[in-house]
Amino acid sequence: MKIGVVLFPGSNCDFDTIHAFKEVLGKPTVPLWHKDHDLQGVDAVILPGGFSYGDYLRSGAIARFSPLMQEVREFAAKGRPVLGICNGFQVLLELELLPGAMLRNKNLKFLCRHVSIKVENEKTRFTRKARKGQVLNIPIAHFDGNYYAPPETLKAIEDGGQVAFRYCEPDGSLSEASNVNGSLHSIAGLINKAGNVCGLMPHPERASEKILGSEDGRFILESLVESL
Amino acid sequence: MHDEKTLRQHNVTNEEYALIQSLIGHDPNLTELGIFSAMWSEHCSYKSSKVYLKQLPTRAKNVVQGPGENAGIIDIGDGQVVVFKIESHNHPSFIEPFQGAATGVGGILRDIFTMGARPIALMDSLRFGPLDNARNRSVMEGVVSGISSYGNSIGVPTVGGEVVFDECYSLNPLVNVFCLGLADKDKLFFAKTEDVGNAVLYVGAKTGRDGIHGASMASQEFGEDVEVKRPNVQVGDPFKEKLLLEACLEVMARRIIVGIQDMGAAGLTCSTTEMPAKSGQGVDIDLDQVPQREKGMTPYEILLSESQERMLIACRPDQVKAVQAAFAKWDLDAVEIGKVTGDGQLKCRFHGELVVDIPVGAVVDLCPAYHRPLAEPAKGNAAAADVAEPADLGGAFKALLSSPTIANKEWVYRQYDHMVLVNTMVLPGAGAAVLRIKGSKKALAMTLDGNGLYTQLEPRAGGKIAVAEACRNLACVGARPIGVTNCLNFGNPEKPGVMGQFKEAVEGMSEACRAFDIAVTGGNVSFYNETEGVPIFPTPVLGIVGLVEDTDTVVGPGFKDEGDRILLVGETKDELGGTEYLKVVHGREDGEAPSIDLARERAVHEVVLDAIESGWVKSAHDPSDGGLAVCAAECAFHSEGRLGCEIDLDGAGPAERTDARLFGESQSRILITASRENAVLIAGMAAERGVPASVVGKVGGDLIKFSRRGKAVVEIPVAAAREMWMSAIPDFFAKK
Repeated sequence: MKIGVVLFPGSNCDFDTIHAFKEVLGKPTVPLWHKDHDLQGVDAVILPGGFSYGDYLRSGAIARFSPLMQEVREFAAKGRPVLGICNGFQVLLELELLPGAMLRNKNLKFLCRHVSIKVENEKTRFTRKARKGQVLNIPIAHFDGNYYAPPETLKAIEDGGQVAFRYCEPDGSLSEASNVNGSLHSIAGLINKAGNVCGLMPHPERASEKILGSEDGRFILESLVESL
Repeated sequence: MHDEKTLRQHNVTNEEYALIQSLIGHDPNLTELGIFSAMWSEHCSYKSSKVYLKQLPTRAKNVVQGPGENAGIIDIGDGQVVVFKIESHNHPSFIEPFQGAATGVGGILRDIFTMGARPIALMDSLRFGPLDNARNRSVMEGVVSGISSYGNSIGVPTVGGEVVFDECYSLNPLVNVFCLGLADKDKLFFAKTEDVGNAVLYVGAKTGRDGIHGASMASQEFGEDVEVKRPNVQVGDPFKEKLLLEACLEVMARRIIVGIQDMGAAGLTCSTTEMPAKSGQGVDIDLDQVPQREKGMTPYEILLSESQERMLIACRPDQVKAVQAAFAKWDLDAVEIGKVTGDGQLKCRFHGELVVDIPVGAVVDLCPAYHRPLAEPAKGNAAAADVAEPADLGGAFKALLSSPTIANKEWVYRQYDHMVLVNTMVLPGAGAAVLRIKGSKKALAMTLDGNGLYTQLEPRAGGKIAVAEACRNLACVGARPIGVTNCLNFGNPEKPGVMGQFKEAVEGMSEACRAFDIAVTGGNVSFYNETEGVPIFPTPVLGIVGLVEDTDTVVGPGFKDEGDRILLVGETKDELGGTEYLKVVHGREDGEAPSIDLARERAVHEVVLDAIESGWVKSAHDPSDGGLAVCAAECAFHSEGRLGCEIDLDGAGPAERTDARLFGESQSRILITASRENAVLIAGMAAERGVPASVVGKVGGDLIKFSRRGKAVVEIPVAAAREMWMSAIPDFFAKK
């Protein structure tokens, strides 16, 4: 088994993600350079957090044109697993591997804090180690995490069980206050119809060791590893 | 010969001009004058401060690099070092808060990675005018988003710092930025050119007209023409810097360069003189090769531009191609602009003509040091003794919790990514940030601290207390101090009163650093913090780094378990001068600064550190602004279960006044909690060492309660108190 983490210029959670898979979970993990056309035979591709290309235009908008994205699209089309975290989620939206778009957070400020998210669909390869409705404590750190999709798309997402995670109160209930960035339907993470592409704004790699205050992110990372 | 007007515009005195003529052997042309103006500015040359800075202790066993390089370096064992420094960006942040603060972050990051270290933490010490003023709010909003935009994008966590409010910072906000990096001891790099014939490479962003004369601007007071200085402020590009960071660390790891320096204040001028000066050499530069963003730039503009995200590299001629390939990988230019020479001259050519020919040594090392006239600084009075104790101490407590200096700073730090790089163990809000060191049991702690009002009232005490309080913050998380950097923010050094404050504050800091056996490895002096003739409070800000041997021992400020005993190590005296209480409740900023006995201070820290390392301590926090009452309240706010406390002030003496026991800011105190059994052990250990320590209360309930002589004097539910403390700062921004 081998995990690949894509390095875009401006990625800054690349080494955190490699650390989590390699050092914490003990799985072989390699960096994948954005300019190469080579996935090095990996079994899962992770698009990490950060500010790819500075995110000066629209988060993730330039990264979708990186040479390696051609291989990532083909990889995803074959049903192989792709996980996008934070900026990686934004890139997946720009690649149209997931539906919808991100607006600025509702308070118009960057937001870095621990949040509670609820596992909405536990039957995916990214959530199978968690229970339905289980509340995970995982940090977020983003400016553009306010999820938006037109009504018909949103309906299709909900009907298809494509909502993987929602922002919630620590007891699992939904509220305006716990929907920290203003996302429609409190959406924190999505999965595609085929179930092999997942994007989420919270950072599981920042919640994978006790010393960092939470290990809840491991439910997600270990689910993926177990599915390979 | 230049006329008076030109010399004044360049901040060069007639005496300095005569010295320049004799050092270079000819009348400087305008470009050469510009070079001296920038490099001999107060900001770059430390000409008013260096005679005093010499007395700071700079040597210790663990010091790898003291002052004089881009940053200081301290050995932390196991072949690793920390590289750290603090810098001010006060003047640019007032003119253009967002870019001023953002480029402050960019600049300090370059100082760290130019030495071969990967930056792993940022902190900021910020001071603004009161928030009821719209302009102050807008400055604060701009500064915080500037820091956030740069730090978040480049992916270095902003893990802590301080935010203080006072009228004196209204027209002169302070933005002091600290960065710390981690490196292998055998992989450090320095600013040097090494061999004659080596290539000089320019890497990073192109040069534009931004920031010309930034260093001289930071060395003047502001008058009413502040607005017209805006073009002097540089514009930051954190994405470019991220690429530069990765590319530089890559060529360093591969050892394909010999020396490197960033282009900060005074830009290309600074790096093309300082690098060869350190190797006793010169450089011959072709200015036409310098990548330029704008057309028609003059040699003067190219040499003095402070465009951001640029570095100068020296490498062997056979390494040039490899360096260029490494930078091309990150889509960056690396252009050979000159050669290292043996004649000690900076020679610059432009369109084939020699336009600069001056000795680098004169520029870098021969700026005169001034013994400016000194006057005894005005001192605080004993006036605080006569304020009447308010009947409603609970009301005073609430007023303090809502004072922005004391109130929760989440509005600020939630805008900063404080977790990237997955090292942050203690999140912002505690007195010190704690970062684990991957692959070891050790952790680094770091804190910024200063108190302008204490220093205004008594400069020497202010200097000592800043060091003591920073070390105390470290002791509270279980870390022992290992090194110091400092940022000294003062008024106009040409005023004898200001210079007198500076001298005494530095002497106080020196004495305190010696008392803690820690060395100062560098820092920054920011003078001319005056607008329209009104100076700020003299504000030395100390950045102190500490080491924890075992991450398992780290403690935080929050109460842990119902029934735990609360101990006060140290004692509370009748000291109200310079306190936040006197300011907020009585509207006075006077009195004497709290007294400080450095031997007692260190003894208190040792008791707490030994107790923490023995595993006896569940939480630790030090009373500072707002005294014991605010300290205990913060322990309740930080506790996961929002546990309250009952404290009997009778044990917190010997102060006579109840308000002093509650809100006084006596030094050398730490409030800790422990189980009943361990509290006895700690008290016993303290008694053996002659350190006062007594159990003053118990953790539990949902009230914060203080009593004196059997009577409750303050009693408020934790939730209500927390709400005031949490909402004070956001409310100011919501109201507008």
